[in-house]
Amino acid sequence: MKLELLGHLILTVAIFGSLFLFVAYAVYFERKVAAKMQNRVGPDRVGWYGLLQPFADILKLLLKEEIIATQATKFVHTLAPAISVIMAFITFAMIPIAEGFYIADINIGMLYMMAVTSIGVYGVTLAGWSSNSKYSLLGSMRASAQMISYELSMGLAVVGVILITQSISVVSIVESQTENILYWNIIRQPLGFLIFWIASFAEANRLPFDLPESEQELVGGFHTEYSSMRFALFFFAEYTHLIVASSILTTVYLGGYQIPFQSFLFPGLDGWWLVSAQILTFILKMCLFVFLFMWVRWTLPRFKYNHLMELGWKYLLPLGLLNVVLTAGWLLIYDGF
Amino acid sequence: MEVAIFWLLAVIIIASAAATVFSKNIIYSAFSLLFSFLGVAGIYAMLSADFLAVTQIMVYVGGILTLILFGVMLTNRITMMSLKTDVFNFIPGLTIAAVMLAGLLYVIWVTGTWASDSPAAWDTTVETIGTLTITRFLLPFEVVAILLLIAVVGASFIARKDKQKIQS
Repeated sequence: MKLELLGHLILTVAIFGSLFLFVAYAVYFERKVAAKMQNRVGPDRVGWYGLLQPFADILKLLLKEEIIATQATKFVHTLAPAISVIMAFITFAMIPIAEGFYIADINIGMLYMMAVTSIGVYGVTLAGWSSNSKYSLLGSMRASAQMISYELSMGLAVVGVILITQSISVVSIVESQTENILYWNIIRQPLGFLIFWIASFAEANRLPFDLPESEQELVGGFHTEYSSMRFALFFFAEYTHLIVASSILTTVYLGGYQIPFQSFLFPGLDGWWLVSAQILTFILKMCLFVFLFMWVRWTLPRFKYNHLMELGWKYLLPLGLLNVVLTAGWLLIYDGF
Repeated sequence: MEVAIFWLLAVIIIASAAATVFSKNIIYSAFSLLFSFLGVAGIYAMLSADFLAVTQIMVYVGGILTLILFGVMLTNRITMMSLKTDVFNFIPGLTIAAVMLAGLLYVIWVTGTWASDSPAAWDTTVETIGTLTITRFLLPFEVVAILLLIAVVGASFIARKDKQKIQS
C-alpha cells in the first residue's frame, strides 16, 4: 500500500514535471515557428540555437517588479492566476501517456475534463473583474462568453466518441482505438473531430479566436493589469491549455499512445521498450497538434465577435447534434441495438 | 482519514454558505457560493456518487454560477452598492425556518437508519443512471427536457429586441 502510494507520487511528480518543461518549451517553439513563418530567425542568443531562452524568460518575469493596481480587489486579484494555472494543469491527470501510465483512471474521465474546463473560466473572469479596469473587464467578458459557448459544441462532439466506445473513461476510449489505424476516432468520427478541434481553439483562447486578448482593441485583455510573476502564471496557463488541448485531441481522436502499424513494424517490442516507444509516440502526436495550433495562429486573421458567436451557436452546435444523431443511427444499423 | 476529509468539507460548505448569506459585497457572495458548491461535490464524491459529483460541478459551478457572476459583473453598479443584510420580518422568518427544520428532522426520524460509514466504492454509477433514466424514469426525464426547452424559448423571447422598435 505504502509502496504503491510512493509509486503514484513519483509518477505524478514526473508527469507534471515534464508537463512543466513542455509548456516552457512550447513558448520557445511558438516563437521559432512564428519566426520561420515571418522569415525571421527567432530566439537564438541564449544557449545553443536559443534553447535556454525559456529559462531566461522565466527569470526575467520572476525578477520584475510586482505591480498591483490600487483600485484592484487584492484577494481575488492574487487568486485568479492560480485558479487559471491549476485548472489547466489538473486536466492532464486523466490522460494516459503510455499503457498503464496515467495519474488517475476515473471512470467518468471525459465528464471530469468538461467539469474542470468549466471551472477554468473562473480564473479569467475573476482576473478581469478584480483588476477594476475597463479593458480587463471587456476581455474577461469576451473570454467567458466564448468559453461557455464553445464548451457546448465540445461536449456534443465528445458524445459521438462516447457512443462508439460505450464508456466515459479516458483509458477505455484509448483502448477502443487499439486494433489498427482505421479504429482511430479521427477516422470513425471525422465530423466530431473537426468540431472538437475548432472548439478547442476557442477554449484555449488562441487565434483565430483570441478576442479576449486582442491587442489592438483591449491592450492585453483580461491580464492587462497583471505584471511580473502573476502575468507569467497567465502566460503559463495559456500554453498549458495549448499542450493539454493537444493531448486531449491526441487521446480522444488519434489513438493516444498507440504506435501506428506496431505489429507490422515492431512486432517484438515489449516491456520498458514498449512503454518508452509509446511515450515517444504520444509526445510526437501531441507535438503535431501543437504545431498545427501554431500554424493556424500565424496564418489566419482574427474573427469578429459576432462571427465568432455565429460560428459557435449557428454552425458548430447544430453540426454537433447532427454528429450525435448520425453516430447513434450508424450504431443502430451496424450493431443492431 | 475519511472522517477528517468529511469534516473539512463540512466546514468549507457551512462557512462558505454563511459567507454567501452574510457578505455585504454581492460578488463575494457569489464567489463563496463557488466553494459551497465544490464542497457539496466533494461530499458526493465521498459517497461514491461520482457522476453526481461531476454533474454538480458542471451544472452549478460551470453553468449557473458563471451566469450569476456574469450578471453581477455586467451590472456594474451592483458591486459598488453595499447590500443590506439587516433583519427584516424576524418572526415569520424564524417560524418558517423552525417548521422546515422540524419537517426535515421528522423525515430523518421516520426514514430511520442512516448508514454511518460510506458504501463500498461502486464500479461505475453512470451505466445504472443511464439505464434507469430511459426505462423507469423516462417520463420525468422527458418532462424535464420539455420544461428546459420551454425555458430556453421563453428566455430568448424575453431577450429578443422588438423588430418594429429597431426600425423606428
